[in-house]
Amino acid sequence: MAEQKTVTFIITRQDSPDSSPYKETFKIPYRKNMNIIAGLMEIQKNPVNAEGEKVSPVQWDSNCLEEVCGACSMVINGQARQACAALVDELETPITIEPMNTFPVVRDLIIDRSRMFDALKRIKAWIPIDGTHDLGPGPRMPEKKRQWAYELSKCMTCGVCLEACPNVNNKKFNNNFIGPALLSLPRLYNAHPTGAMNKSERLEALMQDGGISGCGNSQNCVQVCPKGIPLTTSIAAMNRATNIQAFKNFFGSDNAH
Amino acid sequence: MAEHREFFYRRLHSLLGVIPIGLFLVQHLFINHFAVYGAESFNKAAQFMFELPFRPLLEIFVIFLPILFHAILGVYIVLTARNNTRKYSFGRNILFFLQRVTGIVTLIFIAWHVWETRVQVALGNVEVSYSFMEGVLSDPFIFWFYVIGVISTVFHFANGLWGFMVTWGFTQSPRSQKIVTYFTILVFLAVSYLGIRALFAFV
Repeated sequence: MAEQKTVTFIITRQDSPDSSPYKETFKIPYRKNMNIIAGLMEIQKNPVNAEGEKVSPVQWDSNCLEEVCGACSMVINGQARQACAALVDELETPITIEPMNTFPVVRDLIIDRSRMFDALKRIKAWIPIDGTHDLGPGPRMPEKKRQWAYELSKCMTCGVCLEACPNVNNKKFNNNFIGPALLSLPRLYNAHPTGAMNKSERLEALMQDGGISGCGNSQNCVQVCPKGIPLTTSIAAMNRATNIQAFKNFFGSDNAH
Repeated sequence: MAEHREFFYRRLHSLLGVIPIGLFLVQHLFINHFAVYGAESFNKAAQFMFELPFRPLLEIFVIFLPILFHAILGVYIVLTARNNTRKYSFGRNILFFLQRVTGIVTLIFIAWHVWETRVQVALGNVEVSYSFMEGVLSDPFIFWFYVIGVISTVFHFANGLWGFMVTWGFTQSPRSQKIVTYFTILVFLAVSYLGIRALFAFV
C-alpha cells in the first residue's frame, strides 16, 4: 500500500485565556473530502505534533457540522469561516488555523462569543407574544416580505462578520461596536407584523453608543457571511429607519411609539 | 438627545461632510479654476468671494466650525478602526482604509493651506491674489504637496458622498449602492480635474 498522505495544519494555540498564543504544527493523515473538523478529530485521537512530541489535544468548538449552528467559527488560511464547511481539498496547504481573536480566546480555538448573545438582548432580538390570556392570531405577513425576511433569519450568530469588520475591536477609542449581525437582526424582527409593534424599541437600541453609528461601511461583513445574508442592505435599511426614528423623536410623532 | 450622543454626532459628521463642507470644496475649486483664464480673471473671482456680505459669519459657520468638527471627530473615527485590508482585500474595505488615510492627509494639507493663506491674510502679511499663489506654487515641493492635497481632499469628498448616501439610508439596495459608486467615481474625476487644472494654471 502507498504511504499515508498527510496534510499539515499550523494551529495557533493558547493554553488559557490569559496566556500568550503560540503556533504548533501537526501532520494529519489525509482522507478524501475531509473537513477541518475531521482533521482536528485526528489530532484529538493522536495528539502528536510534527516534531513527534505528545501534546495536549487541540480544543475547539463545534456542534451541528452542517453550517447552521455557528459554533465552529475560526480563521482558516487568514479568512474567518466555519470549520465544518472548510474542506481540506479546497484549501491551500499548509493550512493555518487561528481562533477568531476579535473575541476573547478561552483555549486554543475556543472563543467566547457571549458579547453577541448579550447584544441580542440589547437589541431585543425576539418577538414578544406572551400574555396572561390567549391573544389570538397575530396579523398576517405578506409573502414577499416573508421571503426576504427569511434570508435574514439564517443568521447563526457565528461571529464571522464581527471578525472581518475593521470596526469591531477592543481598541481604546472604540465604543464597543456591536457588529454587523446585530445591525441586521432588528430588521428581521421589525419586518414581522407582530414584532413591528416593538419596532421603535429596537431602533432606539441601535441608536445607543456602539450601535449603528459604529458602522464604517467597509462591507467586509456581506462578503464573508457564510449564510450569504445581505448584511449591508440591512445596515442601510436600519440607517434609514433609525434616522426617521430620530426625526420622529425630536419633532414628535404619533407614530414614534 | 443625550442618550444618543454618538449617533447624533456621527450623523452630524456625515451631514457636515457634504453640506456645507463638500459644497464649499466644489465652490472653492470652481473659483480657483478662473486662474486658467488668466491673472485678471482669477483676481476678479477672488475679489468677488472676498467681498461677499457677512463674509466673517459665512467663514465661521459655513467653513471653519464645520471643518473643525468634522476633523476632530474624523481623527477619532480613524483611531477606532483596526484596518484589515491585507486579510480582507475587498474593494469597499480598501476604500474604507483610503477614506481614513485621505482624511488624515487632507487634515494636514488643509491645516497647512489655511495657515499659509487665510491666516496670513488675517495677520495682514499678504493679500490673496494670482501673483501670491504663483509665488507659493513656484516651489516644486509645495506644488506637488498641493497636487496630492487636492487629490486627497477630492477623493475623501467623493468617497464620503457614497458613505453619506448609505448613512442617511438613501441607497439601500446593492444595485443603487453600485450605481452611486460609479457616480462618485465621476465626481472624483470631474472635481479633481477642476482643482488640478487650476493648480497647473499657476506654473
